[in-house]
Amino acid sequence: MTHPTGSARGWLTAFMGISRRETLRFINQRGRFLAALVRPLVWLFIFAAGFRAVLGLSITPPYQTYVLYEVYVTPGLVAMIQLFNGMQSSLSMVYDRETGAMRTLLVSPFPRWFLLGSKLIAGVIVSIIQVFTFLAIAWFWGIRPPVWGYVAVIPALIVSGLMLGAMGLFLSSAIRQLENFAGVMNFVIFPMFFASSALYPLWRMRESSPLLHDICAFNPFTHAVELIRFALYLQVNWTSLAVVMGCLAGFFGAAAFMYDPQKGLWARRKGGPA
Amino acid sequence: MTAAALQIDHVSHSFGATQALTDVSLTVPRGGFTALLGVNGAGKTTLFSLITRLYNNRSGTIRVGGHDLRREPSRALARLGVVFQSRAMDADLTVRQNLIYHASLHGIPGRLARPRIDEVLDQVDLADKADARVSALSGGQSRRAEIARALIHRPDLLLLDEATVGLDVKSRAEVLALTRRLIARDGVSALWATHIMDEIAPDDDLVILHRGEVLRAGTAAAIAGSQGLTQAFLDLTGVAP
Ligand SMILES: Nc1ncnc2c1ncn2[C@@H]1O[C@H](COP(=O)(O)OP(=O)(O)OP(=O)(O)O)[C@@H](O)[C@H]1O
Ligand SMILES: [Mg+2]
Repeated sequence: MTHPTGSARGWLTAFMGISRRETLRFINQRGRFLAALVRPLVWLFIFAAGFRAVLGLSITPPYQTYVLYEVYVTPGLVAMIQLFNGMQSSLSMVYDRETGAMRTLLVSPFPRWFLLGSKLIAGVIVSIIQVFTFLAIAWFWGIRPPVWGYVAVIPALIVSGLMLGAMGLFLSSAIRQLENFAGVMNFVIFPMFFASSALYPLWRMRESSPLLHDICAFNPFTHAVELIRFALYLQVNWTSLAVVMGCLAGFFGAAAFMYDPQKGLWARRKGGPA
Repeated sequence: MTAAALQIDHVSHSFGATQALTDVSLTVPRGGFTALLGVNGAGKTTLFSLITRLYNNRSGTIRVGGHDLRREPSRALARLGVVFQSRAMDADLTVRQNLIYHASLHGIPGRLARPRIDEVLDQVDLADKADARVSALSGGQSRRAEIARALIHRPDLLLLDEATVGLDVKSRAEVLALTRRLIARDGVSALWATHIMDEIAPDDDLVILHRGEVLRAGTAAAIAGSQGLTQAFLDLTGVAP
């Protein structure tokens, strides 16, 4: 029999198999899809409408005119979908580890970085489906970026999705138990989302608190938001692109390290493979 | 000369201060059933985790079908079929969907996987459950499905970690008989970890693992002697199995 890792076909088969499993599980969990959609829509329909009156925005790049608050907040909500998706897949990694599913994945003859990377890409594909469903609904709500923006945003979504997914992957290697996931919500998702440019532009933040502004400017999530925002309006925010790519490399490298048997971190974990 | 299905030489492993395995050596011959007998905490799962490369083995060598796990991990892993102590299939997917996924993890495309899946489901007597969700299977059925999963890529060596845990007497016997049948008919080899004496037949190769050390290895009949296996185990370890 030929060796599975000996041909490109074998690698492709493995990648397709992993993507298929993630999509099947996603389709099976309709509740998860709805939750992923309802969350940003609630923000859009309720919060944004309320804040519109309170928050005056001056012209901020990439916008060339004054924009409604709903329009400003949409890229932030798109990134929020990807943030939740990344965390969700890290949750499923922890869950997989507690059942035997992660063990069977890792005893595949393909190298670990490839298996984890495939899982990561599969998660990003799912997140992009969610994002476009959201953008379609937002379009009916009157949020209409340039038509080509919908195309230009795809590469941005891939990069930001990978970065947020890799962050989840890294967290999943650090979280010991399923129960700790509530902690991730409180200490990762909420601070990252609120201390970012998703809800208000950074210059507004500086007016009230320079420290908060600096924190937001360092937050990788801010750069994911800005990358998506600029792409939707057919521009490239090079700083954000660089930051997002850098964080992607960092998080993925750290995750691959944590899952590598040669490094032994996996072995030292209590309650790891039983 | 063909290499043994599994050859372990001088393997030790510790978790911080806990010494889980000390200088373990054992051989699983081709086409044989080798029982690994040990009470809770003996180190059976730790040994399996080393063989499957979930943990890095730092001392000694592990060879699967002659392939050194450290130097040729991919070739060694390709020959292993593993049934873990805990459930490994997705409960919300069907048996067939699970098997297609696991075939793909071994680089087997759907075109080749489909006939193979019918074949392995037939072997484990689950052909009628192919399109049932795993969550709808009984304990015994889902164990057999796990074995089908482990067989999908035609491994030379099956590792079964307490494959009968949580099953009633009848299902336990079925799973054991199935494994023995696979060995007799398809020439696979098996390392069967257990703490249950009844599962071991007199002709089986037996390795007694206790507190991370191999106390005895040989055929079950030879180790049991005239006093019976239970008494022999008690004499060796000081604990009842
Ligand atoms: N991840 C871990 N961290 C620390 N100690 C561990 C870990 N896994 C196992 N041990 C210890 O190593 C020893 C061997 O455990 P192991 O799980 O291999 O036993 P076992 O023979 O599989 O037992 P069981 O029949 O209960 O499954 C035990 O003392 C256990 O406490
Ligand atoms: Mg065990």
